[in-house]
Amino acid sequence: MKWRYFKQNLFFVTVRLSAFIIALSIGAFLVYIFMNGIGAVNWDFLTLPPRDSMTKGGIMPAILGTFYLTAGAIIIALPLGVVSAIYLSEYAKQGPVIRLIRIGINCLAGVPSVVFGLFGLGLFVVFLQFGSCILSGALTLGFLILPTIIGASEEALKGVPQTFREASLGLGVSKWQTILRIVLPNALPGILTGSILGIGRAAGETAPIMFTAAAFFTAKLPTSIFDEVMALPYHVYVLATAGTHIEETRPIQYGTILVLVALVSGIDLIAIIMRSYIRKKKRW
Amino acid sequence: MTRKLKEKIIKNIFFLLSLVSIFVLGLIVVFLFKEGFPIFKVVSVREFIFGLEWYPTYDPPSFGIWSLIVGSLVVTFFASLIAVPLGVLSAIYVAEIAPPLVKEIFKPVIELLAGLPSVVLGFFGMAVLAPWLQNTFGLPTGLNILNASIMLSIMAVPTISSISEDAIYSVSQEFKEASYALGATKFETIARVVVPAALSGISTAVILGMARAIGETMVVLMVAGGAAAIPESIFDSVRPMPASIAAEMGEAPFRSNHYYALFATGIVLFFMTLFFNLIADYISNKFKQVGSATL
Repeated sequence: MKWRYFKQNLFFVTVRLSAFIIALSIGAFLVYIFMNGIGAVNWDFLTLPPRDSMTKGGIMPAILGTFYLTAGAIIIALPLGVVSAIYLSEYAKQGPVIRLIRIGINCLAGVPSVVFGLFGLGLFVVFLQFGSCILSGALTLGFLILPTIIGASEEALKGVPQTFREASLGLGVSKWQTILRIVLPNALPGILTGSILGIGRAAGETAPIMFTAAAFFTAKLPTSIFDEVMALPYHVYVLATAGTHIEETRPIQYGTILVLVALVSGIDLIAIIMRSYIRKKKRW
Repeated sequence: MTRKLKEKIIKNIFFLLSLVSIFVLGLIVVFLFKEGFPIFKVVSVREFIFGLEWYPTYDPPSFGIWSLIVGSLVVTFFASLIAVPLGVLSAIYVAEIAPPLVKEIFKPVIELLAGLPSVVLGFFGMAVLAPWLQNTFGLPTGLNILNASIMLSIMAVPTISSISEDAIYSVSQEFKEASYALGATKFETIARVVVPAALSGISTAVILGMARAIGETMVVLMVAGGAAAIPESIFDSVRPMPASIAAEMGEAPFRSNHYYALFATGIVLFFMTLFFNLIADYISNKFKQVGSATL
């Protein structure tokens, strides 16, 4: 009898320990980045371009570039994702076509980010001759986050009670109008939450923009969607691996990482808080 | 326009737009093959995949990616050794044992971990873990399989943990109650009832976590060391496929054999992850968790 409870306690200690290791590692990681990066981050760092072959100055062009790429990605992915989710959850009947679409979405979600980069290079940069620019990068990132948006939107749509739809349909309202006026407004907070998580993902990706949008260094800010841009994640990679001043630029590297992590984790945190707020508020 | 017609048109437009994911997947295949296929005029498929020498810039060049494939598999294997126990055990903790407050804190933490940009983890591996490994084990370099596996496992843990947790959480209460009623302890219930019932979900989680690790680029690019050779110990450097693509694409002349070879490496990588994903999809559909037991 005692042996059974000893085993149980041993097991409980193990699982607690594994959860603790995970929580501790992310905690230590964030603290480490903050302590090392905060010294470099000030107003000039955020608002000035780099100078002296990127050993001094700020990271403003990279912040701006990441903003453009991310905004472009969400403009592409949000409408497509929401429409796909509406079809799958409101219109589609179970069948082989739907099954195929779902497999397609799951597989797209699993495509490695570097393969997305190759795809963007082959299709947008080379075949459509956009060149390496904001448009190519935004399209590549948009398709990368499409499955995330579809998944989140579908979940949000499924969360709207069936009775809402029945009440509307019972009043003689058409299906499309029911979706537009009843289902979508109620699902909107959930859809937004998912989209914010998608934004966070797009902002932090490096591999997909390496060959499609990101520049090592640009002398001036982009003026159109056909310009190359600097981007925060790529800037981190460049500073950390290329160049002859890797040790000297450590403070700038940590500063850039802090800005990137604060941006991405901040975006994720907004989504997480929003979601828990929605869940608490809704009582149907 | 009649109302019925309008409804029908909207439905069909939505249907067409929902095909976009499959369409993009198709385009990925088309363009990978379009840009990668010409390499097979230079080397045979067999030589390309099983060739031991990757010297794309030598004269004459050799395009064999076997050491890159082995590199990818090795780091994925060791990353799984770390990530699978951590991910599954933490999922059991969150779903079955943790008090509600801990649960509410732990789940967002996992999500934040999932959202960390991979380039940041790669940087951490380079700037912190590599020097430490180098000093502790007296190695020529800290950029090796061990370092890459540790950093990759951090990327795979959130996937494994959150999907496993969903699976464990959805095991019906009645199963557990039946087990307790027979006098089983909580541990026995988890080990003999809950985990077996959630096994398909847990397997899916593990496979998707491995797929994430094998396709992850920035970490292996920055910390795996980059040696295109078959490794002999976990302290050796490797050059996994994504690292090779990301590192060399910038330098490969446009539509040279090197460029084609990198796209062809992308084809191999794509089908490897596709295979993992289809298995995960198959398992989660074939062995769907049965809802509840009835008396």
